[in-house]
Amino acid sequence: MSLSSPCCLSQWAASGVGVLLALSVLGIFAARRALGSRLIYAACGAVCAGLAAVALIALLAPAAGPKSVEIPIGLPLARTFLGLDPLSAAFAVIVNLAASIVSGYAIGYGAKLREPERVVPFYPAFIAGMNLVLLAQDAFSFLVGWELMSLASWALVLSEHRSAENRRAALVYLIMATGGALTLLLAFGLLAGAQGGYSFEAIRRVSAPGVGPIVLLLALIGAGSKAGLVPLHAWLPLAHPAAPSHVSALMSGVMTKVAVYGFVRLVFDLAGPPAWWWSVPVLLIAGITALLGVLYALMEHDLKRLLAYHTVENIGIIFIGLGLALAFEASGLRTAAALAFTAAIFHVFNHSLFKSLLFMGSGAVLNATGERDMEHLGGLIHRMPVTAVAFLAGCIAISALPPFNGFVSEWLTFQAILLSPQLPQWVPRLLVPAVGATLACSAALAAACFVKAFGMTFLGRPRSKAASGAAETDRGSQIAMLILALLCLLAGILPGFVIDTLSAVTQMAVGARLAPQSALAWLRIVPIDLHRSAYSGLFVFVMILLAAATTAFAVRRFASHAVRRSPAWDCGFPDASPATQYTAGSFAQPIRRVFGSVVFRAREHVSIPKPGDTAMARLRVELRDTVWDALYAPIIRLVEATAERLNRMQFLTIRNYLTLVFAALVTLLIIVGTWR
Amino acid sequence: MSTYDWLIQLAQTALVLALAPLLSGVTRKIRARLLRRQGPSVLQPYRDLLKLIRKEAVVADNASWLFRAAPYLILATTWVAAALVPTFATGLAPGAAADIIVIVALLGTARFLLALAGLDVGTSFGGIGASREMLFASLAEPAMLMAVFTLSLFAGSTQLSSISAYMLGPGAGVNISLALALVALIIVSIGENARIPVDNPATHLELTMVHEAMILEYSGRHLAVIEAAAAVKLLLYLSLIACVFMPWGTAVAGAGVFACAVGVIAWALKLAALAFLLVVFETAIAKMRVFRVPEFLGIALMLGLLATILLFVSRVSR
Repeated sequence: MSLSSPCCLSQWAASGVGVLLALSVLGIFAARRALGSRLIYAACGAVCAGLAAVALIALLAPAAGPKSVEIPIGLPLARTFLGLDPLSAAFAVIVNLAASIVSGYAIGYGAKLREPERVVPFYPAFIAGMNLVLLAQDAFSFLVGWELMSLASWALVLSEHRSAENRRAALVYLIMATGGALTLLLAFGLLAGAQGGYSFEAIRRVSAPGVGPIVLLLALIGAGSKAGLVPLHAWLPLAHPAAPSHVSALMSGVMTKVAVYGFVRLVFDLAGPPAWWWSVPVLLIAGITALLGVLYALMEHDLKRLLAYHTVENIGIIFIGLGLALAFEASGLRTAAALAFTAAIFHVFNHSLFKSLLFMGSGAVLNATGERDMEHLGGLIHRMPVTAVAFLAGCIAISALPPFNGFVSEWLTFQAILLSPQLPQWVPRLLVPAVGATLACSAALAAACFVKAFGMTFLGRPRSKAASGAAETDRGSQIAMLILALLCLLAGILPGFVIDTLSAVTQMAVGARLAPQSALAWLRIVPIDLHRSAYSGLFVFVMILLAAATTAFAVRRFASHAVRRSPAWDCGFPDASPATQYTAGSFAQPIRRVFGSVVFRAREHVSIPKPGDTAMARLRVELRDTVWDALYAPIIRLVEATAERLNRMQFLTIRNYLTLVFAALVTLLIIVGTWR
Repeated sequence: MSTYDWLIQLAQTALVLALAPLLSGVTRKIRARLLRRQGPSVLQPYRDLLKLIRKEAVVADNASWLFRAAPYLILATTWVAAALVPTFATGLAPGAAADIIVIVALLGTARFLLALAGLDVGTSFGGIGASREMLFASLAEPAMLMAVFTLSLFAGSTQLSSISAYMLGPGAGVNISLALALVALIIVSIGENARIPVDNPATHLELTMVHEAMILEYSGRHLAVIEAAAAVKLLLYLSLIACVFMPWGTAVAGAGVFACAVGVIAWALKLAALAFLLVVFETAIAKMRVFRVPEFLGIALMLGLLATILLFVSRVSR
C-alpha cells in the first residue's frame, strides 16, 4: 500500500483524530502548568497542519481504490467508516489550515488565560469533533462528531462561567445545538429508510424516494442553526464572543464551515437530485441572513459581538452561492452550477481565513486593554502596530475589496448571479436579482461596518486609560496573525490556484467543474469565457503598486519634503478631550436612522432638561431584536407557561397520581388499538 | 496582446491622470459663467496642485502612518480604476484582466481608505465625514452594481470593451431598462463625486459637508494627492457614462493612429458635454439635507434593481 493511496490517507487522518482525543485527555493534567498548555496547543497545531497536508494530498490526487476505512469502534449494528472523499478533503483542508494557525496563536494567547484548565482539555476535543464530522462516511460517526463538536465548544463557551451573560449564552447555545442535532438525526433516519443502511455509500445507493424536500428542510434547520442562518442565528452572537478569543476564532471561522459542510453533504450529496424550487427557500433565507447579519453587526459596539454578527452575514453569502448552485444544477446548467458552487466554497475558505484573523486581533486587543467595547478603545495603531496591520488586512478582505481574497469570492458570486437569466423558471429569475441587490448592499454595509470596527479600535485618540496604556501582543500571536493576513492577500491575487484545488469538490457536488485556471496569462480567472468576464488579482495588485510607486516617486522628486507636526486642525476648534471624537455609536447613527428604524424598530429618546435645570441631557437609543421578539420570545413564554401549569402536578395526592397513571395507560391502549 | 495595445493603454493611463484636473477646471469655469462670474482659468486646478505640493505638510500630532500612506493608496486605486475604463479606444490590454465590477470595487477600496484616514486623527469633523460617506456608499455602491448588472445582462459580459461594442452594434436600441440604468448611474455619479445636491465641493466649514470633512486634516502634498484622486474619480464616472451610453467615435481594438486621434477628440467632446450637463444640473438644484440623500440614492438603487428585474423576466440573456 503506497503512502498516498486513499485508504492509507484515511487511516492517517483517522489517527490524527485519535491523537487529538488523546491530547484532550493529556490536557487535563497539562493545563496546570503554563508550559503544559503551551505544549498541548503546539501539538494541536502540528496535528492540524498534518491533517491539512493529508487532506490536501487526498484532494489533489484522487486515486482509485477504497475511499474509506472501517474503524472497529461504534455501535454493534452501525459500522463506522472514516474517509476522505473530495468534499471531506476540501473542508478538512480549510478547517485544519485555520485551526493549525489558531493553535499557533493560542500558544502565546492561551497562556494568558486565568483558568486554563477550563479550556485546554476541551480545545483538542473540539478540533477532534470537527475533524470527525468531516471524516465520517456514515451517519453514526457524523452525528457523534457533531455532538462532540457541540459539547466541547459548549464547555469552552462556559469557560469564563462567572459572568451571568456567558452562562446565558452557553444555555442558549446548548438548547440550539441539541435541537440542531435532533433534526440532523431525523434527516439521516429518513435518508437511511427502512433498511437502515447508515453508511453514506448505502444511503447513496438506495436513495429513499420523496424524502428530498424534507431532508432539505431538516438540513436548513439542523446545519443552518449551527452555521447561523437567520432566524436560527440567535445563539451565535452570544456564544462566539463568550469563549476565549482563540476559541471564538475557531467557532466563528471554522465551526460554521463544518456546518456548511453538513448542509452540502446532506443536500448536494445524499438527498438525491435537487428540484428547482429547492433553491427558493435557500436563496430567500440566505439573502435575508446576509443583510440582517451585517445590519446587526453595524449596530453592535462590542468588537467580538460585531465579528460574530458578521459571521452571520458571511454565512448568508455562502448560502447564496449554494442556493444558486442548487437552482442551476436542477435545471441542468452544469457549468453555471459549478461556478456558483465554486464561489460558495471559495468564500468558505476566505471566511475561515479572515474571520479567524479578526478574532485573533480582537483577542490581542482584549488582552492588551481588557476592553471589548469599542467606545472605550481607540488609537491602538500606535501602541499595537503589528496587530493593527494584520487587523486592517482582515478588514479589507472581509469588506470584499480588491486586491484581497474576499473580493474574489464575491466577484464569482456576482458572475453566477449574472448567469441566472438562463434559468427556465420564473420564481428564481425574479428572486435572483433581488438576492443580488441584497448581496451588493451587504457588501457595501460590510465596508461601513469595518471602517467602524477598525477606525474606532485602532485609529483616533484613546478613549480610556486602558487603551492609552496598551502594549503589543506576544511575538507568536503576531506571527500567526501576519500569516493569515498574508494568506488573505495571496488567495486574493492568486485565486486560480484555489479554484483549481477546489475543482474535484465541484465535480463531486454538482457534476461539473470550471476550466483549469492557474495556467492562464496574468494568472487571471476566467469562469466562463474571456469575452464574458475575467479577473486577475495579480494584475490589479501590480497595477496598484505601480501607480502608488509612481505617485510616491513623483511626489518625492518634485514636492516639498517638509513635515511639521502640530495639534489637529479640526476647523479651528481643537479640543483636548478624546470624548469629542466620533464614537462607534455616532458613526453608526446615520445608518441606524436609515435602515434601523424598520429592521430594529430603533427609537431615540432625547430628554433635555428645562432651562436653569442642571440635570444632564440624555439620549437613549432603543433597539429591538425583531427576530428574537417574533420567534424566540413567544416560544420561551410558551415553555414557561407550560412548565408553570405542569408544576402543579408535583403536589398531587397518591390517589390523583394513580388516576393519572391509569388514564395514561388507557389512552395509550386506545391509541395502539386504533392504530392497527 | 501586441506592443501597440500596451502603448495605447499606457497613453490612456497617463491621459486620465493628466486631464483630470483640467476637467475639474472646466466644470468650475462653466459653473462660474452660469453664475455670471468670471471664474478662474481652466488651468487653475493645476496651479493649485503645484502650490500644494510645494508647501510643507502639516500633520496632526497623533496621526499614524495610515494617515500619511492613505493619499497615495487612494490615488493609486482610483487611478487604476480610471485606467480600466476605455476612454478613446476599446480593447484595452487589461480589459481581459479586470472588468467593471472590479472598477466599482476599486473605488470601494479607495473610499474605505479615505474614511479610515478621516478617522485617524480623532477629530469630530473627520468622524462625521467618514460616517456619512459610508452611509451614502452603502446605497450608492449597490445602485451602481445594479446598473452594471443591467448593462452586463444586455451585453452578456461584464467587460467594458464588450459592453461598449454591444452598445455600438445593432442589438442595442432604446430600451426602458437601459434608460433606468442610465438614470441610476447618473445619480450615483453625482453622489459619489460629492456634487450638489448630495455634497458641495466648494464648501468649507459647513456641517453638512462630507468629502471635505474627511480630508480636513490634510495639507500640502498629501492634500494635493487627494485632490488629484477626487479629480480622477470625476473623470472616471464621466468617462464611464460616455463609454457605455455614448460609444460613438471610440477607436476599436487594433485601430490605427488616426482612429485613435478621432477617439481622443470624441472623448474630449463627450466629457465637455457631460461636464456641461452636470454643472447645469448643479446650478439648478439646491443642496439637500443629509437625511434626504439616502432617499435620493435609494431611488438609484430601486431604479437599478427595477432595470435588472425587468431584464431578468423579459428575456434570456446570452
